[in-house]
Amino acid sequence: MSFIFAIFLPIIATLLIPFLFKKVSSIHTGWFVLLVPVVLVIFYGTYIPSIMNGSTYLDELPWIPSLDISFISYLDGLSLLFSLLITGIGALVVLYSIFYLDKKKEKLGNFYVYLLMFMSAMLGVVQSDHLISLYFFWELTSISSFLLIGYWYTRDRSRFGALKSMMITVFGGLMMLGGFLILGIIGETFSIRELIGQASALSGHDLFVWALVLVLLGAFTKSAQFPFYIWLPDAMEAPTPVSAYLHSATMVKAGLYLVARFTPIFALSEVWIWLVTGVGILTLFWGSFFAVKQTDLKAILAFSTVSQLGLIMSLLGIGSIAYHVTGDLVTTFTFATFAAIFHLMNHATFKGSLFMIAGIIDHETGTRDIRKLGGLLSLMPVSFTIALIGSLSMAGVPPFNGFLSKEMFLEAVLNLQHFDLYAMDSWWILFPIVAWIASVFTFVYSLYFVFYTFRGKHKPEQLPKAAHEAPIGMLVSPGILATLVVIIFFIPNFFGNAFIKPAVAAIQPLAYQVPTDVGFTIKAWHGFDSPALYMTLGVFLVGYLFYKTIPKWSAVYNTIPSKVSLNGMYDGLMRLGDSGANRFSSIYMTGSIRNYLVYMFAAIIVLLGGTMWIKDAFAIRFDNLAPIRFFEILISIILIVGTITILVTKSRLTAIIALGAVGFTVALFYIIFKAPDLALTQLVIETVSVALFLGAFYHLPKLNKHEKGKEDRGFRLTNFLIALGVGVMVTLIAISSHSQKLKLSISQYYKDTVYSEAGGGNIVNVILVDYRGFDTLFEISVLTIASLGIIGMITLRLVKKKGDRKIENK
Amino acid sequence: MKTNDLIMQTTTKVVFFIIFLFSIHIFFAGHYTPGGGFVGGLLMSSAIVLLLLAFDLKTVKEMLPINYTVVTAVGLLISLATAAGSIFFNVPFFTHVYDYFYLPLLGETSIHTAMFFDTGVYLVVVGVTMTIIQMIGGDE
Repeated sequence: MSFIFAIFLPIIATLLIPFLFKKVSSIHTGWFVLLVPVVLVIFYGTYIPSIMNGSTYLDELPWIPSLDISFISYLDGLSLLFSLLITGIGALVVLYSIFYLDKKKEKLGNFYVYLLMFMSAMLGVVQSDHLISLYFFWELTSISSFLLIGYWYTRDRSRFGALKSMMITVFGGLMMLGGFLILGIIGETFSIRELIGQASALSGHDLFVWALVLVLLGAFTKSAQFPFYIWLPDAMEAPTPVSAYLHSATMVKAGLYLVARFTPIFALSEVWIWLVTGVGILTLFWGSFFAVKQTDLKAILAFSTVSQLGLIMSLLGIGSIAYHVTGDLVTTFTFATFAAIFHLMNHATFKGSLFMIAGIIDHETGTRDIRKLGGLLSLMPVSFTIALIGSLSMAGVPPFNGFLSKEMFLEAVLNLQHFDLYAMDSWWILFPIVAWIASVFTFVYSLYFVFYTFRGKHKPEQLPKAAHEAPIGMLVSPGILATLVVIIFFIPNFFGNAFIKPAVAAIQPLAYQVPTDVGFTIKAWHGFDSPALYMTLGVFLVGYLFYKTIPKWSAVYNTIPSKVSLNGMYDGLMRLGDSGANRFSSIYMTGSIRNYLVYMFAAIIVLLGGTMWIKDAFAIRFDNLAPIRFFEILISIILIVGTITILVTKSRLTAIIALGAVGFTVALFYIIFKAPDLALTQLVIETVSVALFLGAFYHLPKLNKHEKGKEDRGFRLTNFLIALGVGVMVTLIAISSHSQKLKLSISQYYKDTVYSEAGGGNIVNVILVDYRGFDTLFEISVLTIASLGIIGMITLRLVKKKGDRKIENK
Repeated sequence: MKTNDLIMQTTTKVVFFIIFLFSIHIFFAGHYTPGGGFVGGLLMSSAIVLLLLAFDLKTVKEMLPINYTVVTAVGLLISLATAAGSIFFNVPFFTHVYDYFYLPLLGETSIHTAMFFDTGVYLVVVGVTMTIIQMIGGDE
């Protein structure tokens, strides 16, 4: 199996889903879908040993060769770790969803198509070596996330959350595209590997910092960093398997991937270190602080995800300092990268299990509101155990994997004191302090999540359903993840060697040639002289105190007015955009067809007349004309009489018939001037349109509704002027084009080639289907769209809204 | 209002088929003599319009239970597929081919991919025209 094919395998599999969902409805579609990630995880798993030894794999498929755009799959330690996360967690999530989503009630076809589409997109993001295809997959993840959040599209909040995530992540994506283009232009290549090769040359360029900031905007929006994190809590409207998969384990980590992947290019810049580390640490604190405010289980987890993503982000920022130091200090800072990747893996395990537990609680009790929950310990003991493992790991308590990476994090932040460039020597102390405070809140919300749900008083009267333990199938996936949480704690170096060292070597190519060069071992015990140990103990102590006193200090959240919040700003911005666009378009979109005709005709007069005036193109010569024959005069008279009849008649029916007469007379002209094709078409068109007029006759407004009243004179005068202007213009253009033949007529070319090249005899028709086939193709497309528009216009009449629906942020 | 259009209705029953056959003729003739998919499609629509005038919308819908939106879509697909088909032969999009064949009854005949494209045009024109007329005519 080629790597490119592996990326596209899930999206190819989507072709079967509608069939399986419709025809094999007795078996849950998820069972078939499960095969895809399982096959892929085994496929990628076989590459672990060789990647551990430093091999990389390359596969290429041309996409747009003329623009030098292709799908290039580049598999190294970092891509492999992410690919395994995507397919591994993907398999567990699909398994979980089989029990979570009812096969009769839910539209499983849609769900699994979106999910597989996402899987392909995400694999594409982490393996693409070409910036443009990376961008393509990046936006595809945004789109599939949008579709998945809006999966229950009948709910207002789902649609709101979907739109919000789309707006913010696509904004970031577009910024990132700008950054990519700058990189591509100054580096003259779109290949990431080649860009890494010339990183030091790039960093001198004026636009380098712009590229950096734009790419970071993409990463920050995707990875829900401050201040863009606001879409993530609203994305929790998605079904829980989606939240576990996209919004905690994989998609939100795409931003981290991007930062890690571009570290070798951008790390040379001071701006990069400050932005990545600073925003990361701020997000870490912000997310953990506001997590305690939330009352929805999934919202707590969403804020906790925001905070943990900030943690990893800041570690990646500290890790990139390694590019600025020499000697022993290099490993001091690559240690942060090591910790980042380790925590990234750990976070996927414990947060995935916690999300699934939140889904189980929602599924079995009917609510996720932590105020209504409580005392579930005796009813759902297995869920409690898994939730406890996940939460304690998140809080950084041994013997769970979160403890290891949390200690490494604190140590890495303390290492900042060894860096004395870029004003870091005077400011470094801020980072450990903020990190420590954030860790305290992390500890608080972890306990809050698990104990407020499972301990305390059981309130069955507030629960929509009688609570009971989840079916065994639902517990399998979180159970596996929780087991991993424990296993990683006891054999961390096995995972370290297999996954983390290859990834670190990919991020720090200057420091390490091959993954085996990375010399870190993970230890649970660092001895009594480790300052991280005392920080951790302090976190436990202060955290426990804060947890016990939540009711006393939680009032502090109410002091922040909601209007100045980021959500308030987002809502305001959206409203402004909406009403602004509305106001602008209502200036010219009046709904009156007469106004639209005025625009069009006025444009003919002004643009055409103006252009011809400026170019001095008017020319009136009557030489070289054929003699006017008697019946031509006759037909012209009929034409003029018919036209005048339309203008003066008081009856619409007469007007329609007179219009038909005009049309048929024009057809006669075509016959006289030997254009049988045109004549034929004109005749039939005229017939059909007269019939159409008769059909619409009933609905048209009164013909003479403008006949009375004071504005009548002005109305008729504008009509007259515009009609006169258009008539004069068209006549002048016709005469001018006859009077000065600047270019040779193209008809000779058609005559020469119509039989030899196009194999036809009728030039008009061959032009339609061959010479100018594109025109025809687009014309019939436009016709189709117009007919769909008419269906929409008539069947879905614009009805007056019954009160605006408004969705506010919590 | 119920009117008795016996003459109109009887004539229509005959004329409809004549127009229909003529539209097919015009369609095929288009490559060498006046005609083509566009006019052919319009003629076909006018035949149906004649039916509509002679009978009423409901009766015509029973006589010809055709979903014209589907006709439009199928036509557009045929046209697009013809245009796109050339990609698979590694020639630019929209490259037509033609050749002359000997067919029984018809004799020496040219078969041209443009004909398939024109078939799509024909169907789109019929579909769109009839959709519009049905929508507007059937609207209360």
